[in-house]
Amino acid sequence: MSGVEGFMYPNEVELQWSVLIVLYPFITGLVAGAFILASLERVFRVEAVKPTYRLALLTALAFLLVAPLPLQLHLGHPERSPEMYFTPHSTSAMAMFGYVYLWYLMAVLVLEIWLDYRREIVLLSQSSKGLLRVIYKIMTLGSDNISERSLALDEKVGWIVTLIGIPSAFLLHGYVGFIFGSIKANPWWSSPLMPVVFIFSAMVSGIAGVMLLYMAITKLRKQKIDIRCVDTIAMYLFYIFIIDFSLEMLDLIHRIYEADESFRSLNFLVHTQLFIPHILIQILLGTLTPIILIGITQVVKLPEIVRKRIYSVAGCLTLVGIFAMRWNVVIGGQLFSKSFLGYTTYKMGLVSKEGLLVAVFLTILPLIFLWALVKILPPWPEKSEHAAIAAD
Amino acid sequence: MNLSRRHILVLLPAAAVAWKSVLAGTPEESPNYKMSDHWWGMLIDIPKCIGCGNCVRACRTENDVPEGFYRTWVERYHVSDEDMTNPEVISPKGGEEGFPVAEADDKKYFFVPKMCNHCADSPCTQVCPVGATFVSPDGVVLVDQKYCLGCAYCVQACPYGCRYLHPQKKVADKCTLCYHRITKGLTTACCEACPTGARQLADLKDPKDPIHEFLKTHSVQVLKPQMATGAKAFYNGLDGSVR
Repeated sequence: MSGVEGFMYPNEVELQWSVLIVLYPFITGLVAGAFILASLERVFRVEAVKPTYRLALLTALAFLLVAPLPLQLHLGHPERSPEMYFTPHSTSAMAMFGYVYLWYLMAVLVLEIWLDYRREIVLLSQSSKGLLRVIYKIMTLGSDNISERSLALDEKVGWIVTLIGIPSAFLLHGYVGFIFGSIKANPWWSSPLMPVVFIFSAMVSGIAGVMLLYMAITKLRKQKIDIRCVDTIAMYLFYIFIIDFSLEMLDLIHRIYEADESFRSLNFLVHTQLFIPHILIQILLGTLTPIILIGITQVVKLPEIVRKRIYSVAGCLTLVGIFAMRWNVVIGGQLFSKSFLGYTTYKMGLVSKEGLLVAVFLTILPLIFLWALVKILPPWPEKSEHAAIAAD
Repeated sequence: MNLSRRHILVLLPAAAVAWKSVLAGTPEESPNYKMSDHWWGMLIDIPKCIGCGNCVRACRTENDVPEGFYRTWVERYHVSDEDMTNPEVISPKGGEEGFPVAEADDKKYFFVPKMCNHCADSPCTQVCPVGATFVSPDGVVLVDQKYCLGCAYCVQACPYGCRYLHPQKKVADKCTLCYHRITKGLTTACCEACPTGARQLADLKDPKDPIHEFLKTHSVQVLKPQMATGAKAFYNGLDGSVR
């Protein structure tokens, strides 16, 4: 049979989970990471990252809105997916998806954004005209008290929501890792480290993503990039990346040293089909290179312009590396036979339901959502100040 | 609605014909079948398997198994004395059309029929997000195809590669142990078609079932025992090289 090397169980030849399932953990990782970055300012009072606080929240929301789409498109019967809410199976990790998603979306992210923007929403509902006025009016949810006492209460509740949000973000992405890590039939996935690795890689991708978005949007707005902010983000990215890489290496070393029955098969896979995506793209290009690049900025005093360039390159490589990590987990985990005697190949369609074009569209879609969110809820202080002044 | 005598004369024979089809399409009832009286499994006697592929063909015909997918299949192992961990295995078209002639050498050849192990602690039913796949009270792992989302998580969770996503129905599909037959006192299609008796349906709750005598007098093993799935496909003469 074409594309098969050695022996596969006959039902294993076709891959069950496609590039869309690669996108799902990639997107939720960005969500969780962006939220953690936002919480740095809110909970841990890292004032330097304040310019990215609101952008991080809106980024998290934009990506979270898209997160269920790849799953939905992948299902054989998407119309039956509400059954996961109505009749969840208590022993299934996947059955938690709907609840974790809704909790994170409604109880954490939307609530926090609303509390944080409430003052502006009220002011904009008074100063805007036409359809926008109606939209803002609805968004106030009838709460137009923006007295100092009321705003202080918002701040207090917002802080508590963020505090709850941190373990929720961990839950959201740790749970995605658990979906893979708990499959004992698949040695490439089965690892108690999987949820932890997923959480740290999520933080890495989310922080890198928001850092890049902040720099790109500030440049597009012809504003000055707050270098202190970017330096601080890069520092956090550096340390979290080191933890993430250490965990992944621990997993790898453990597998090599233990060399269980699956080792020969997996080792062969990593040296053949997965050599480019795993060794070259994920580890060398997408992990070690950005760690070294940002590491240089941590130990050598470089001019501002050089630092910005390094952060841009390192940020892009980080996203490539984390995407490759998701790819290697999801696709890599299906390329070998559970008999450990053979290998298959993944052929991605171009225009099919789970093909490349759909995947590209789903990657761009959150950015369109983000654009719309930024238009409705400008995260820039000067804009909201203008709105406040206009209203006054 | 006004029905004339003429209408009734036309409709009655049509209704009689239709009623016959309705009856033919209705599954036969099994009033005497009590699920709690049974605990189904399968005995597979490896030395008896000749690799003819009858079981695979019978299963496909009986259960309308889609082309390219298998509820049961047969593997041929070719194992040397020196490297038992690296056997040469083939299963062309799941063994449906038999196997090419084996080359005479100093290695051993044998056939291994595979199918769903109807595990008591099945990892596939554990992961189903809506409980569309389940272990029936008589020990058969089934899929409610009107309820399955088609997420394929169960396919990933099965250590034995026994599940697939039905290409037309877009739901999980697998061996049902011919549930429609065994609840009527018949055996499975694969057992029925096996010319050597290498496959035998076993009811572990039936004290008269010959499986009890067989299990007492033979060294029987299950596939991948380290997975602790409570597999109920019992293999006699299972070689250590079998995966």
